[in-house]
Amino acid sequence: MNKSKGRLSAILQNGLLVIYAIFALFPLVWMVILTFKADSQMFTTTFIFTPTLDNYNEVLFKSDYVKYFIDSIIVAGGAVIVSILAGVPAAYALARYDFKKKEDIAFQILSFKFAPEILVVLPLFMIYQKLGIYDTYFGLIWVYQLISMPLLIWVVRGYFEDISVEIEHAAQVDGYSWWQIFFKMLLPLIKPGLVAAALLAFIFAWNSFTFPLMLSGTSVQPITVAATKYLASDSVHYGQMAVAATVSALPAVIFALCIQKHLVRGLSFGAVKG
Amino acid sequence: MPLLALLLSGLKEEIRMKKESKTANKNAGDINTVPFKTRARPYLIVTPALFITIGILIPFAMAIYFSLTSYSFRLPTYSFIGLKNWITIVKSSEFWHAVWVTLKYAFFTTVVEMALGLGIAILLNNNNNRFTKILKVVLVFPLMIAPVIATIVWQLMLNNSVGIVEKLLNVVGVYNFPWAASPSTALLTAVMIDVWVNTAFVILLALAGLQSLPKSPFESAKIDGGSALFTFRNLTLPMLKPSLYIALLFRLMAALQEYAIIFALTKGGPGNTLMNLSLTAYQTGFQFQKFGAALPYILVLWLFINIVAKQIVKRQRAAQKQALGKD
Repeated sequence: MNKSKGRLSAILQNGLLVIYAIFALFPLVWMVILTFKADSQMFTTTFIFTPTLDNYNEVLFKSDYVKYFIDSIIVAGGAVIVSILAGVPAAYALARYDFKKKEDIAFQILSFKFAPEILVVLPLFMIYQKLGIYDTYFGLIWVYQLISMPLLIWVVRGYFEDISVEIEHAAQVDGYSWWQIFFKMLLPLIKPGLVAAALLAFIFAWNSFTFPLMLSGTSVQPITVAATKYLASDSVHYGQMAVAATVSALPAVIFALCIQKHLVRGLSFGAVKG
Repeated sequence: MPLLALLLSGLKEEIRMKKESKTANKNAGDINTVPFKTRARPYLIVTPALFITIGILIPFAMAIYFSLTSYSFRLPTYSFIGLKNWITIVKSSEFWHAVWVTLKYAFFTTVVEMALGLGIAILLNNNNNRFTKILKVVLVFPLMIAPVIATIVWQLMLNNSVGIVEKLLNVVGVYNFPWAASPSTALLTAVMIDVWVNTAFVILLALAGLQSLPKSPFESAKIDGGSALFTFRNLTLPMLKPSLYIALLFRLMAALQEYAIIFALTKGGPGNTLMNLSLTAYQTGFQFQKFGAALPYILVLWLFINIVAKQIVKRQRAAQKQALGKD
């Protein structure tokens, strides 16, 4: 009796999970299906149709979409590199040294994450116009620091804190300099965490929409902003719309797969050490 | 910075107390005998990161100042007009509408995401088989996709001529369901997209919390014959609360300022159905070019976020203490 009841409950529970899985994943499957559908078959067929690569051909070779894709790589990649160069040493200092205002500084950096983007953007639009960095790679990389820097510093700080201080002291006794310890010992130890944090920061920067929408114009245009062009209500090229969405979603999804194990820690800024 | 002070003052106090007890031990001359170069090193190391981010912070101060002026991108000059922008806005129905939409949107998305996320996390935790193992990996896909792109994905699903949802609804006799096009279903559509994107975040955090729970209390509860509901309410939930509050903090703060999904879906329409504070500020500042008049909307939003964050952080700390005490 008890056994069959347990089995019934297991079937029910897995059934509910299947429903959620369909809700979470089917839209993506549908998106990919539509990328292979010709405009002429869009309205008349559901799953059975003659697949075609025309939509990919249109978007990738006959429009500027590849240029927007590259813009996104430059801006998001640049933002992450700057964050690593400035953020990793900061994370180390915040993890290891005991100094005045330490926690104030750490929380100050975290608070950027919680500032409404639009509040920063309105005045920044003015400043950027005056400085002449509106619609430039430099301008976007700078403002993206608000996305990537807090994430990187807080997550990497957690990984530094996980390493015992004794290891450092032992190396010091053995006569290694601070630089040698940092680059030859600590950096390799936190490397998996650092890579995960960097990839997650890249995903967030890649997905950013509000900043590039308002701080860039025609010469630098990340993919999220470019994709909205396909949203125009009079557009009948649904296949191309699907390709635009698929192409821009792909890097984020691939990176997410690479960093699964570190995802919880990264997403919660180190607050939950999953 | 005020945001910081408000946001995490509680946490800071605790850490300051810890720090004081630490430095009290060290005070026996340690700090004064350390050469200046060594003492300065941590500050020097942190400086570049701070400089890069603080440069961006100047806008905060500017926002408050310009909300008191008649600044517009169209006009070459502007003047200081005191609280005039603020008074005009508080008197306008647009503002109260935007506040109402912001709160409605944040409430519905957060409630659904928290409940659904916790539910799915419990189911995933209870059932360990090949299917749940795969699901744990792939369910984060929607979370990794830009909200704008997610909106495109859903337009392809819901579109009345090519969408599969329409075809399914036709089977049960519903034709041309309006989704984002009608004022009565626009909020539902936007909330659904938000839930699709962000539920995975709650699942991940709740699941991590569930997996780190100690085993022994649950075993003894089983021996004592406690019902599943009793165990959940008295053991699981209190111990899970710290992780859930973190999820709530991140979700609620993002939902209050949601911009991308609504912008991509209807630009705030139909009419002004989905005009929340962020969108109204954007419209006033950029489309109508009334820069000074746009800022109060955002400063009000900022205040909301601060109040909410402070409350949640306070409760999270209390829950954490309680959870640790019960171990």
